[in-house]
Amino acid sequence: MDNIAFGLIIAITLGSALMVVVSKQLLYSAIALLFTLFGIAGLYIFMWADFMAGVQVVVYIGGILVLLIFGIMLTNKISSVNISHTSLQRGVGAVVTLGVLGFLISMINNTSWLQLSSVEPSQTADSIGRLLMMDFLLPFEVASLLLLGALIGAAMLSRNTN
Amino acid sequence: MDNLQTYLYISAILFSLGLYGVITRRNGIAVLMGVELILNSANINFVAFARFGGMNFSGQVFALFVIIMAAAEAAVALAIIINVFNNLDTVNIDDARELKL
Repeated sequence: MDNIAFGLIIAITLGSALMVVVSKQLLYSAIALLFTLFGIAGLYIFMWADFMAGVQVVVYIGGILVLLIFGIMLTNKISSVNISHTSLQRGVGAVVTLGVLGFLISMINNTSWLQLSSVEPSQTADSIGRLLMMDFLLPFEVASLLLLGALIGAAMLSRNTN
Repeated sequence: MDNLQTYLYISAILFSLGLYGVITRRNGIAVLMGVELILNSANINFVAFARFGGMNFSGQVFALFVIIMAAAEAAVALAIIINVFNNLDTVNIDDARELKL
């Protein structure tokens, strides 16, 4: 049962990720990206990272994907021909991509991975919160500053100057 | 399901698909989607090493920072793309080759 669910999640993730990069319609790509992100959240749950799965759904699907769909809608004209949605140099891209994929897979195969056995944690959010507030406090504050800067910058850039 | 390599393979395939999108797409937003796929594949690696490599929760915290960075990046990139569209009437990134109009 677990294996069936795992295989299904992998199939959804990779199949819709393929749809994201080859689909002719940009909006279909965005919908396929929704399923990819959900599949990745499922993978997180299989890796005992349930808090990360929640963050994935809230931030990626609720935030970034909605932003992307807004971007698609705002940069489309009904009258315009959709030439810019097509792909370019598919052959070269496929060769480069398959080369990178072959290199990565041979690297994964040839490395002897150290795999420690661990027990399933009873809670994750508590430990992550402790780490954020103690060991990773400076990166946490810098990240908040980065978000503030990005928000102000995005508002500045997209403001209509006329 | 219970070994590290499975997740590394999934993440390698996701990375290659994202790279293919970044290389071949002409629309700026589609390129951004490829970048999101690449960031997600990196996140899968972080969480997988946190689960199997004995990093415990540090790997998950690092993946959290990657998600924060991805959110900031998406906001700024979309603002730039919409600006390019307002000025050039296209989102084709091959047409946006000048820094100043």
